[in-house]
Amino acid sequence: MLEDFIRSVFQGVPVGAVYALIALGFTLTYKTAGVFNLAFGAQAFVAAAVHWELHVHNGWNVAVSAAIAVLVVSPALGVALDFVLFRHLRAASSGARLVTTIGLLVAIPNITKLVLRFTRHPSTGGARGLFSGPDVVYRPFGDAYPITRDELVQLGVVVVAGLALGAMFRFTHLGLRMRAVVESPRLAELGGVNSARVGSFAWALSSAFAGLAGVLIAPTYQNVDAANFFELVIAGIAAAAFGSLVSLPRAFAGALGLGVASTYLATVLPTNSVLARGLKPSLPFVVLFVWVVIAPGLRGQRDVADPLSGVAPPPPASAADERSRSLTIATRGFWSVVGVIVAWAVFFAINDFWLKRIQVLLAVGVIFLSITVMTGIAGQISLCQAAFAAIGAFATTQLAVEQGMSVLVGMLLGGLVSALVGGLLAMPLVRIGGVWLALATLGFALFFHSVIAQLAVVNGGVSKPRTPRPLIGSIDFAADRAFIVLELVVFAIAATIVVLVRGGTTGRFLAALRGSEVAAASIGIGQWRSRVTAFALSAGLAGLGGGLLASAQQSVNYDVSFSPQVGLFFVVVVVTLGSRSIEGALQAAFGFVLFQPLILERALPWVINHIQPFLHVNAISGLFRDILFGLGALTFAKHPEGILEFQKRRSLNRIQRSIDRRKQQPTEAGSTP
Amino acid sequence: MSLLTAAGVSKSFAGIRALDDVGIEVAVGELVGLIGPNGAGKTTFFNCLLGMLRPDEGTVSFDGHDLSRIPTHRRAKLGIGRTFQRIELFGGMSVREHLLVAERAHRGEGRLWKDIVGRGRVTAAERERADAVLDRLGLLADAERPIESLSLGRGRLVEIGRALMTDPRLLLLDEPSSGLDHQETEELSAVLRAVNLDEGVAILLVEHDVAMVRALVSRVFVLDFGTLIASGPTETVFADAGVRRAYLGAES
Repeated sequence: MLEDFIRSVFQGVPVGAVYALIALGFTLTYKTAGVFNLAFGAQAFVAAAVHWELHVHNGWNVAVSAAIAVLVVSPALGVALDFVLFRHLRAASSGARLVTTIGLLVAIPNITKLVLRFTRHPSTGGARGLFSGPDVVYRPFGDAYPITRDELVQLGVVVVAGLALGAMFRFTHLGLRMRAVVESPRLAELGGVNSARVGSFAWALSSAFAGLAGVLIAPTYQNVDAANFFELVIAGIAAAAFGSLVSLPRAFAGALGLGVASTYLATVLPTNSVLARGLKPSLPFVVLFVWVVIAPGLRGQRDVADPLSGVAPPPPASAADERSRSLTIATRGFWSVVGVIVAWAVFFAINDFWLKRIQVLLAVGVIFLSITVMTGIAGQISLCQAAFAAIGAFATTQLAVEQGMSVLVGMLLGGLVSALVGGLLAMPLVRIGGVWLALATLGFALFFHSVIAQLAVVNGGVSKPRTPRPLIGSIDFAADRAFIVLELVVFAIAATIVVLVRGGTTGRFLAALRGSEVAAASIGIGQWRSRVTAFALSAGLAGLGGGLLASAQQSVNYDVSFSPQVGLFFVVVVVTLGSRSIEGALQAAFGFVLFQPLILERALPWVINHIQPFLHVNAISGLFRDILFGLGALTFAKHPEGILEFQKRRSLNRIQRSIDRRKQQPTEAGSTP
Repeated sequence: MSLLTAAGVSKSFAGIRALDDVGIEVAVGELVGLIGPNGAGKTTFFNCLLGMLRPDEGTVSFDGHDLSRIPTHRRAKLGIGRTFQRIELFGGMSVREHLLVAERAHRGEGRLWKDIVGRGRVTAAERERADAVLDRLGLLADAERPIESLSLGRGRLVEIGRALMTDPRLLLLDEPSSGLDHQETEELSAVLRAVNLDEGVAILLVEHDVAMVRALVSRVFVLDFGTLIASGPTETVFADAGVRRAYLGAES
């Protein structure tokens, strides 16, 4: 037993050391720039990919390649992010900045893949290790405790980097200035410190830490894949949270502890049980979730605003639009015509390929309505909407297949189960609010992914059960077109609920809370009840949509439709295309499902090939979709209603103004004789 | 009869005694002022009254209820309304919506199922009540305007209107004249006097502007360095030498 533990220490400390790098870098940007940087994993991935490309693919020397990745590419990326984005977002809310980093998390890896023509390459791992040639195993403490050269290097590099960071803070002029900026940026500026430059340096430094971690950990993965680095960052954030995101030494200790604990857990739990397979990788998420909920330092701690931000006024809300009746009728007429054409196409023209996609679109639309409730109405960022949808999908399938229940009833029950889970999850979380709430939901999503979704009771085991189509009385919805009608009905009901709630008491209470929590409290609105209600409703809608999606595809495609990464992408798409309205949810579903096959693979190449004879374009890569939406989310801080909504409203207002102008002219002409 | 009673309230921050044994009383329907120079502990005391801070010692009771275990948002239901020194409004809402949501909150009807069956919408009766209050505050013309387009003075009136929709028996106003010009302060004073007279709402005015307090309240408490240095009828207090010293320095 003791031997097991000591062995876990030997194996866990190097892993924990890499977590520590992440925790340090993450804490650095949080403290100096107030940015909760979820894109940190993407930064680690960039360095790992560059290193792989240079070292493994092109055979460069290890040291040169690693130095370029860690000391050139990573800091440059950090500075660029600060320069282009975060320095301009100082007055934005912490939620808006979080969405920005989620957008980056989606966009950066895809841009990297595009630039380097990089796909899921096998890592340098397995036989190769950090250096070329097989790894070397040392046994200085006897055969029971082997330690490899890679592990020694990891440990050594991290110790050096950690000590250097500590020494820099303590002994250098720059470190002193950084501490001053963390303490009070205003005062530091008055003392002649250029806090913007210090901020840039912090970004460069933290990004270099990300790169270092990426290069060091890459060999332990099967593939150099962005998803792995994302999970790595969660472990780092859990460690950083352990230091309440302020204390670097405690973050360091937390990281080592986490590394040892997850290794130890793997040796103690029975091998090959679901617990062993699920709990080891998910330990960081569980720790993160539990810690966010119980940590006394985090409870009641308000979101840290960017210390560099002054008292800037919030962005002006868009003024209420006044449109003339004729314009309203015209836009409604336009959409009715579009609707009729689409309906005609769906029922008479299009083939199976498109029918399948329309079915997915409508189900995804219901899931996206859950984000309309969560983000558009309640103003919260939840990163586990895909998990809620998965609960609905699994529940629908299991109830229909195992219990022989009607599929439609199964969907409703699935929605209820999901609402229950959402409500329970929200209870300890809503008081914490903001970024921490988002983080805890992410912890839950990852835990669900690696433990719950792997259980045979949930996913139906190896023989993936088929989700049936509903059958009501004698009406069979097995046919695609009949099913689309059913989906339309479900979507309409869900949309009506969302509209009613938004205009009703709950929606207005949530709007008040979004505007000002203290003022809401002053008129007797408690945030707890309203927000738990919003969470439960949102989870319920996601569950319903998940069930619908499973029935549409006739199986639960967990990895494609419900994984945590997909959940992040959900949020990115909806906030980009409109999180405030039903239209927004539909646009987002269109973007999510049809943008790639319709626009990127067909419409755009067709247009390009027809307007000019020189360049022939085939289908455009789907990477562009992710990049585009990821970058689209960067506009969230400026246009929280969604960039598309914003553009639409602006162009309608422009039309309105030109109508007004035309109306005015004749009267003016009439008044002058 | 006493409506709000604070007795022996003390609060320290890291060894500094911000409030030391402060006690005040506000009777039903009374208009009372609480003044003091900067840093006297006015805001700390205000926050203790509202439960934003928990006093180290002492009790706050309202209408015979001990408030110490009652969270901030429940205090509104007991009949305590408030405004904020740094104005707190609901961005994205119109003026009228501010009042409507306050009234809903006061009636405590927040059931989700009612919304879902379509019974959550604004009724004509609610609208009428909101418009009656808006009319009295002179805000009816602005009812549809987005809150962001209002001046600070008007915004403060909206805060008062919002508080009035919860049928308060006591209004706690935290430096309502801060940031207002002379004209706006006059208007505000007139509104407060009317609210106090017509509806018998008691008002505790925590203020910096001595002239406003003098013109408005019948009784005043003076805080300085965390202790109550004077209290009593307005004119008596302002004649007091200690009060003059606290406000005007050694000059007099």
